[in-house]
Amino acid sequence: MATLTNIEAVTRTLAEEMRRDPNIFITGEDVGVRGGVFRATKGLIEEFGDQRVVDSPLAELSIVAIGMGAALYGLHPVCEIQFADFIAPAFNQIVNEVAKMRYRSNGAWTVPLVIRAPYGGGIGGGLYHSQSIEATYAHVPGLYVVAPATPYDIVGMLRYAFRVQDPVLFLEHKKTYRLIKGEVPNDYYTVPFGKAEIKRAGTDLTVIAYGLMLHLALEAAQRVAADGISAQVLDPRTLNPLDKETILESVKKTSKALIVHEDNLTLGLGAEIAAIIAGEAFEYLDAPVMRLGAPDVPAVPFSQPMQDFFMPNADKIEKAIRKLAAY
Amino acid sequence: MATMKVAEKAAVKVEARHRALGLSDAQALEMYWYILLSRRLDERMWILHRQHQVAFHISGIGHEAAQVGAAFALKRGYDFVHPYYRDMALSLAIGMTPRDLMLAMYGRQGEPSSGARQMPAHYGARALKIVSGSSPVATQIPQASGIAFGIRYKGTDEVVLTCFGEGSTSEGDFHEGLNWAGIYKLPVIFFCQNNMYAISVPTDKEMPVKNVADRAVAYGIPGVIVDGNDALEVYRVMKDAAARARRGEGATLVEAKTYRPVPHSSDDDDRTYRSREEVEAWKKKDPVLLMRQYLASVGLLDDATAQEYEARAKEAVDDAHQFANNAPFPPAEFALENVWGESRK
Repeated sequence: MATLTNIEAVTRTLAEEMRRDPNIFITGEDVGVRGGVFRATKGLIEEFGDQRVVDSPLAELSIVAIGMGAALYGLHPVCEIQFADFIAPAFNQIVNEVAKMRYRSNGAWTVPLVIRAPYGGGIGGGLYHSQSIEATYAHVPGLYVVAPATPYDIVGMLRYAFRVQDPVLFLEHKKTYRLIKGEVPNDYYTVPFGKAEIKRAGTDLTVIAYGLMLHLALEAAQRVAADGISAQVLDPRTLNPLDKETILESVKKTSKALIVHEDNLTLGLGAEIAAIIAGEAFEYLDAPVMRLGAPDVPAVPFSQPMQDFFMPNADKIEKAIRKLAAY
Repeated sequence: MATMKVAEKAAVKVEARHRALGLSDAQALEMYWYILLSRRLDERMWILHRQHQVAFHISGIGHEAAQVGAAFALKRGYDFVHPYYRDMALSLAIGMTPRDLMLAMYGRQGEPSSGARQMPAHYGARALKIVSGSSPVATQIPQASGIAFGIRYKGTDEVVLTCFGEGSTSEGDFHEGLNWAGIYKLPVIFFCQNNMYAISVPTDKEMPVKNVADRAVAYGIPGVIVDGNDALEVYRVMKDAAARARRGEGATLVEAKTYRPVPHSSDDDDRTYRSREEVEAWKKKDPVLLMRQYLASVGLLDDATAQEYEARAKEAVDDAHQFANNAPFPPAEFALENVWGESRK
């Protein structure tokens, strides 16, 4: 067992996978001697050299397109997008190219590619260093979108990302990079995509949350437990494709569901999860499905009171849990 | 006597062209074959569209010499090709068949590029190393640099050819792709088939410089201009570009000046944006005509042989047409296949 932070889990797994597979290389802005602005690639250029840890020009479109071409050639590239907010120039390459290649070539060409993107707010990053982008990309068939929240899941899912022949958008909540620590077994394991996990067992209601929100939901669940409210906390971990089975099983058990995300509410992941529950577990429900998300404003404001207003937190989640429990 | 001397001189001069480039007589004739085959296949597709037998056609007419010249400069099946929608002659010369292309026209089962998911003219064939393309223009350009990055990473002597029109060179993808290729000296040939119009927009409204090739300087790579209706000239510059790439000297931007004497696609009407006189003038420089004249002038193609080639082309087009027209549609549920792959483990 080793205790790692989320960022250490990323770095260690990248290094381990690069030792295993010579076809893995990394490219992105400042990934080389700087080791990435978040230090996710710290030490990698020293170990693997600048042929495998490649500083890119400041151009997100081609970070992804170069990765795609190299993947077509047979490599397994890792493309780092410095902040998820800056992924938009690569939207066409990701959505129209990377994600559609298998389908449009009838399986002849595949794009095994891992696109890593630090996302999320609460760090004073303002409009353009805080965004949650998952809903936009989770709408795209052919592209795995994952958002592991713990060191264990990051290690397991990053390993797994190199074991599929499909593209993966690997979202890392930047506020959790050094905030969250956890134990990681020494034995080799993977966490397959499309598998949710119950992070806390409970009987009265199900809270579904991922990324930073998972940790805040766990905190809120802990607080209400003192008052006899037993909240089950479920982390979908993979956002596309969703683990419908585990979500439905949990809601059928607890009969109430609250979905929490930091992304703004309208057409967020919560909308899809709520629709799944309403469509396939309606007769088990004892309350309307509840959603808690950020307000529908363009992005996270910089000034502290506005940022705090924007971000869901443990207090807001606790309040929502109590309201749902009382329904 | 004097006349004969001139003729001899001319023959020697022209004959020297393909041989001087290292092409055998058979290869020169083969180039003509692909130029002609592509033209006749393309013309049939226009007819099928006008007869409402197929939904859409986008043509490569006028571009055949440029494409065949490029194809012959590659190690076909060894080098990568990341084409665009006008590359019919290129795809045929690399190894796709008229049947393959007709299956795409009709959207029938067994269509090799995409399983009949894509519109026609989205060429792709893994076995021939023709990479499947999309419809948004220029996206293939930085991807081609990515393939070349992979080649450099593995240290082989493969080369990537990617094709696009001059319209695509306004996209950011073009500039980012060339930037990478310049920085890392990647073995890629950027082949611009400049037909002077991005659908209806002429080049002087597309870019402030006269030539696409002028843009190469910003990326530290050579920019070469060539007559795109002269297959042998294109072959010559592409051969140089491929050799440079194989020697590890990096990328080349080749601009073939050519013309599209037909509308952009079956849904376009080019009479709205250019004169008939302009189109007619270019027809005198038609690639099929020029190559036939050249081969005749060096004594490789007399009228009888030319007729044989025409008959063979018609036979191949008839066969492909009939084959595709009789082929079954894919099962409807096939729409659900090949979204995700299986886990490697």
